Amino acid sequence: MAGMRTLKTYFAETGEITLFTARYFREFLFPPYEFRELLRQCFLIGNKSLALVSITGFIMGVVLTLQTRPTLVEFGAESWMPAMVGIAIVREIGPVVTALICAGKIGSGIGAELASMKVTEQIDAMEVSGTNPFKYLVITRVTACILMLPVLVILSDFVSLIGSAIVEHLKGGVSFQLYFSNVFEYLKFGDLIPSVSKLFFFGLAIGIIGCYKGFTSKKGTEGVGRTANSAVVISSMLVFVLDFIAVLITDIFYEL
Amino acid sequence: MNDQPVIEIENLWKSFGTNQVLKGFTMNLFTGENVVVMGKSGSGKSVLIKCIIGLLPVDSGKLMVLGKSIPELNQKELDRLRMDVGFQFQGSALYDSMTVRENLEFPLRRHPEKLQGLDRNKLVEEALENVGLAHAIDMMPAELSGGMKKRVALARTIIMRPKIILYDEPTSGLDPVTGKEISYLMNAIKEMYNASSIIITHDLACAHITGNRMIILHDGINYAEATYDALSKSPNEPVKAFFE
Ligand SMILES: Nc1ncnc2c1ncn2[C@@H]1O[C@H](COP(=O)(O)OP(=O)(O)OP(=O)(O)O)[C@@H](O)[C@H]1O
Ligand SMILES: [Mg+2]
Repeated sequence: MAGMRTLKTYFAETGEITLFTARYFREFLFPPYEFRELLRQCFLIGNKSLALVSITGFIMGVVLTLQTRPTLVEFGAESWMPAMVGIAIVREIGPVVTALICAGKIGSGIGAELASMKVTEQIDAMEVSGTNPFKYLVITRVTACILMLPVLVILSDFVSLIGSAIVEHLKGGVSFQLYFSNVFEYLKFGDLIPSVSKLFFFGLAIGIIGCYKGFTSKKGTEGVGRTANSAVVISSMLVFVLDFIAVLITDIFYEL
Repeated sequence: MNDQPVIEIENLWKSFGTNQVLKGFTMNLFTGENVVVMGKSGSGKSVLIKCIIGLLPVDSGKLMVLGKSIPELNQKELDRLRMDVGFQFQGSALYDSMTVRENLEFPLRRHPEKLQGLDRNKLVEEALENVGLAHAIDMMPAELSGGMKKRVALARTIIMRPKIILYDEPTSGLDPVTGKEISYLMNAIKEMYNASSIIITHDLACAHITGNRMIILHDGINYAEATYDALSKSPNEPVKAFFE
């Protein structure tokens, strides 16, 4: 019985999130546009995650290189290192790791912020003063997530490659110039298309889940913590699911 | 003029699922008067004024504000009407990511037509002066005391020069002295802006100072309606309970 109920709320929530997403696209198109708030949100997202994304990106690059190096050396394939690391980072690791960090940092931030605004009636106050809270709060935040995630991923990819290049330089005596020319030789522009297009969906998922959870959070301040928590859990899981779907689709195109 | 009500509520019903909150509530608010609504916690006082401002949809009944039927308005008409109706939230509801100045400017940004020829800064300063908080203009809500928050929220409400103000427990959570100050401030604002108000409160002092008329909301209906003095002498049990 309890299981049935959980299943029912699960489907009900999935339906509501779908409607919420549809509302995002519908209201996105029509004025009034809240450009100032959008810019402010973009700045906040960038500012909040810049350091975190750079540090994790750097470590990923260093660790990935250090750990694959012995194997490649054993097979005498060290010259493949830049290509392998470059492709792994740009196609998969950069987008997914950055999206997960953003789900943790930004998704939870949006969820907690909107939940506390909801609980303290700030969202009602907006509505009463003639501002559409969905446009002012949701459209701006979701759009900022979609716009800023690719920027953060490019940063993360770049820092990762630098980390990897430093290891190669110290351990294998490869010059930075050689390393990067090697990376760009193997990295095709086509590698960017799937990773950028899946970033759109990652950003959308992180923004929508944070906003949906915040908007629908229940009364009470303990609801705020729970909202932030479930926003992170659901959006992280969605990142993996979306990534899986994206990889399946790309795989089909590669076989063609 | 005085016999035309600015708010007219007749047989208003509102429920949440199986929870019947308002069961045929009736009241009128006339120009230039303050009506106090009292009721136990959970009796539906906040629900009542949220219906009036259109934040909650009603189930049935007549609900006219400034001559317009709220349930029949579309979003645009509702937004227009809300320019003339101020709403003071129970917990002040200040935007905590914005300064006091930005909080006050927020309602102005959507209604430039009401600003014609007026200076935005002047309006903000004037509203803050009227609530005695001119010095707090660049502070954040987190830096304000409870009483100051209520005053800022009041300033944010009056900046639109509303014809009607709906107060949800304007003095709750304040000490008796500050509560009285706020009550006198509400009277001063009524004179200044010639507004009519519905005031929801548990605070007898506030009810006595501000109310021209009092309504007891009990069991979802307008249970008793009279002046403060008349009600305070009532022998009726549920009414008496409020004055003990
Ligand atoms: N959005 C809502 N959804 C469901 N039920 C609600 C909602 N808002 C209020 N209620 C219910 O309506 C009833 C009246 O609530 P309301 O907030 O109006 O009480 P109140 O008279 O303002 O009490 P208080 O003095 O404590 O503020 C309560 O039983 C509450 O649970
Ligand atoms: Mg209430």
